[in-house]
Amino acid sequence: MRLIVDHVTRYTYDVPVRGVVQSHRLTPSAFDGQTVLEWSVEVSDGIPGGVFRDGAGDRVQSWSVQGPVSEILVRVRGTVETVDLAGVLRGHREVAKPEVYMQETAPTRVDTALIELSKAAEGAANQLDAAHKLSDAVAEAIAYRPGATTAHTTAAEALALGEGVCQDHAHALIALARHIGIPARYVSGYLFADGDGKQHEAAHAWAELWMPGLGWVGFDPANRCCPDERYIRLGSGLDALNAAPIRGTARGQGQESLDVTVAVVAAQQ
Amino acid sequence: MTSYFNEMYQDGAVRAPYARLEDWMRTMPAEFRQMKQAEAEALFRRIGITFAVYGEGGDPDRLIPFDMFPRVFTATEWGKLERGIKQRARALNAFLVDVYGRGEIVRAGRIPARLVYQNEAYEKAVVGFVPPKGVYSHIVGIDLVRTGAEDFFVLEDNCRTPSGVSYMLENREIMMRMFPDLFRENRIQPVDSYSDRLRRTLASVAPAKCRGEPTVVLLTPGHFNSAYYEHSFLADLMGVELVEGQDLFVEGEYCWMRTTEGPKRVDVIYRRIDDAFLDPLCFNPSSMLGVPGLMDVYRSGGVSICSAPGAGVADDKAVYTYVPEMVRFYLGEEPLLQNVPTWQCAKADDLKYVLDKMEELVVKEVHGSGGYGMLVGPKSSKAEVEAFRHKVMEDPDNYIAQPTLALSTTPTFVQEGIAPRHVDLRPYCLVGESIDLVPGGLTRVALKEGSLVVNSSQGGGVKDTWVLAE
Repeated sequence: MRLIVDHVTRYTYDVPVRGVVQSHRLTPSAFDGQTVLEWSVEVSDGIPGGVFRDGAGDRVQSWSVQGPVSEILVRVRGTVETVDLAGVLRGHREVAKPEVYMQETAPTRVDTALIELSKAAEGAANQLDAAHKLSDAVAEAIAYRPGATTAHTTAAEALALGEGVCQDHAHALIALARHIGIPARYVSGYLFADGDGKQHEAAHAWAELWMPGLGWVGFDPANRCCPDERYIRLGSGLDALNAAPIRGTARGQGQESLDVTVAVVAAQQ
Repeated sequence: MTSYFNEMYQDGAVRAPYARLEDWMRTMPAEFRQMKQAEAEALFRRIGITFAVYGEGGDPDRLIPFDMFPRVFTATEWGKLERGIKQRARALNAFLVDVYGRGEIVRAGRIPARLVYQNEAYEKAVVGFVPPKGVYSHIVGIDLVRTGAEDFFVLEDNCRTPSGVSYMLENREIMMRMFPDLFRENRIQPVDSYSDRLRRTLASVAPAKCRGEPTVVLLTPGHFNSAYYEHSFLADLMGVELVEGQDLFVEGEYCWMRTTEGPKRVDVIYRRIDDAFLDPLCFNPSSMLGVPGLMDVYRSGGVSICSAPGAGVADDKAVYTYVPEMVRFYLGEEPLLQNVPTWQCAKADDLKYVLDKMEELVVKEVHGSGGYGMLVGPKSSKAEVEAFRHKVMEDPDNYIAQPTLALSTTPTFVQEGIAPRHVDLRPYCLVGESIDLVPGGLTRVALKEGSLVVNSSQGGGVKDTWVLAE
């Protein structure tokens, strides 16, 4: 499938700030499931920083903007050819060991309710079966409802609430997987909304679990599936903050407001 | 009754390194000693070397007590130590480069994967990165104790930002000022080249992108930090800028320092702040102490950070157990310095032993430092041992235990005259393009009679440490 992405993030400051620095994970991962045909990241008045590939294989680049500035536009555009690998991250090069993704973080910490939920994996035939069972359990336990949670909601809080968005689903699945000894990580990316009547978020997130023999395999409890050709993978981390496509900070007193629009469409063949 | 190795007297005779101090000690009139002690205190006050102790309240500008009786090594004794220290510093750095890369030592089954990759000091953000010259820990502080003429043990390694070197330098300075005769009578190797050597070491790991003479800065969390004196002292001696996070900023591919003449590019940052506070875009997002974007500049080769972020995984007290294994694995040598036998409470058998024998052992937190969160079994009450036993049972992974070591003693000036007190030693090994060690270190002394805890936060003092010339 050929997907075209147009992703614009607009930062505005009520009082001009003295400068902004951002760290981007905004380039699609290189693996057998996707091929980048065209890709560009533009930052209004931005000075590009050095580029490197981190231990998880993500391409990272920082940008700085000299102030005074009251608006910054980050525009990501490109075309990616995708194939369905049933969630398997085949052909992805990285140095980080799976065990690194056993590290607990605040949003992925288990509580008694999450531990209880992890019992969904009991009696699983193998790790892969266990992963599917956990993913289904998360989908059952946390209903999709935008606005129910915030960027700072933890997996435990979302489960208590019984509602959340893809970030909460991913955090909950990661928490459960790590609890039963499966390395798990947060993945951020894009999802093609194919007009099947269901709600989708074009800026999307899911989890990857480490499966012996297969390596990293994606699971998307929000859509009860494994990532296929509708997904574009950007980067990964221990949790949402750690995997954020954009992390940034401004020097100055100005209050920041954020406006994001993401469009993912299929190219006319 | 445990017997302790006395570094000055053995079998009733004075040991060689202390030969010339015997007379000095015997002939010193009491009033002269008191006068000198007062003079030393006044000098320390005047230069402003003080040490704030965390969580104790009281006077934050308290002086660390200084004992005028020097601790002495012969050139031969030191030569042996030096080889062992350098060997260990090389192995620790080889380990760090390895575990952030291919992880050969884990693949070879020589250290458990969990201990490395799930360690809270293991920094995912630097995986796959090899710092300039392959060095993660540029200043390795190795804490040593002595139990016999030939017997030294490593108590712990400090690979992040070991403090206390300013005391090594100041103690020498003050001794030379107060007792110039001693320095004429004894051939003592100088330590004052430390700051030059430190600067050279830091400059030697400037990134490949650096052109010309590297600009080095010392990054401090600020004046409220307990080691701030040391930060400003070292920056001053090295002739480099002392900066706080707000003095630095990231633009384009580099890190810059604000100066009155405009921004100046920074090549090497000797940081005295923890990893978590270095960069809010990479680590703790609420940190105000660091420099936003610094880690991206670092990883793309625009600046060097010393010690390298992530170095802490090598000096963890549980990883410590495997350092002799690192020496064998990376260097193909037998370790010259021995580890203290260590029980890891994370292991069931070890835990059982520790809980049974707690009143005989020293029990420490894996990530603790400064003598906090530890129990010295033989020096503790039944209730204290019991309370600690509960703490260990609640979270065994967080504790290790070691036998109570018979730390050597050296003569120390006390109220009643001169008496033996227990000491340890922290030398500071510099690792850059080459590996370097000044002949000396910081000797800490437990001033309380019978005490084995030398930490300044627990009533310890310091001494000048001499290494005699051949």
